[in-house]
Amino acid sequence: MAVDTALVGRTFPPTEPYTATREKVLEFARATGSEFDGHTAPATFPIVVAFAAMTALMEDPDVGIALHRVVHGEQRFTYTRPVVVGDRLVATLSVDSLRQIGGADIIGTRSEITDESGEPICTAYATLVHRAEEPA
Amino acid sequence: MSNPASTLSPGDTLATQSFRVTRADLVRYAGASGDFNPIHWSDRVATSVGLPGVIAHGMFTMALAARALDTWAGAPGRVREVGCKFTKPVVVPDDDEGVEVQVAGTVANLTEDAVHISLEVTCNGEKVLGAPKAVLVRG
Repeated sequence: MAVDTALVGRTFPPTEPYTATREKVLEFARATGSEFDGHTAPATFPIVVAFAAMTALMEDPDVGIALHRVVHGEQRFTYTRPVVVGDRLVATLSVDSLRQIGGADIIGTRSEITDESGEPICTAYATLVHRAEEPA
Repeated sequence: MSNPASTLSPGDTLATQSFRVTRADLVRYAGASGDFNPIHWSDRVATSVGLPGVIAHGMFTMALAARALDTWAGAPGRVREVGCKFTKPVVVPDDDEGVEVQVAGTVANLTEDAVHISLEVTCNGEKVLGAPKAVLVRG
């Protein structure tokens, strides 16, 4: 089943605030071998909240995505400032585009990542490729 | 970028960095990132969906590219933009050696306050990320 084109332009509810504790940031820095100055999170750390926003999209029964058919095609971050220890991060995902190529849905998403008061931190753009079902 | 940025010119190459990736790294990354997709830890599941075996999270490979950017920048927190396509999986064998991912960079453009970098991220001589690029703040 193809994803409904009415999805384009839809914005999903913001994720629950996620606290970038020193322990979580340090854990991420260690897992990626990144230098940690005790304050600044690695550049790709915001994927943690962007991933939560994308999961909510993919698990929405109205959207019609079969989770096991989704591949992460592309990812880009633009930063107003780096995430720092103590930030309470909120991601708000919108679907910017939807194309169909060879039976696959190419879903362009944008997650605006802010602090709890709505001040921008970064934007995470992800392209999700929803592969077509094999013929029965 | 730190002080060396003052001497950079478009076309300059940055010191290539190599990172060894093992299964243990993928398990650690799964826990840190919250991405527990079994294709990143189970050969059984990975092969059932047509992969040669367990593959690294695309975001893990991207994190290694970001780590190289921090090193070139001289400090964390100077990445203004980073992005790529996930074009080829990094297959990580179940042994102690793992695989090596190499991150190379070239200065594409310089502005008053930013350095634009074209990256090349390879594993076993093959590009694994499509059109990876970044913008660093000049400090």
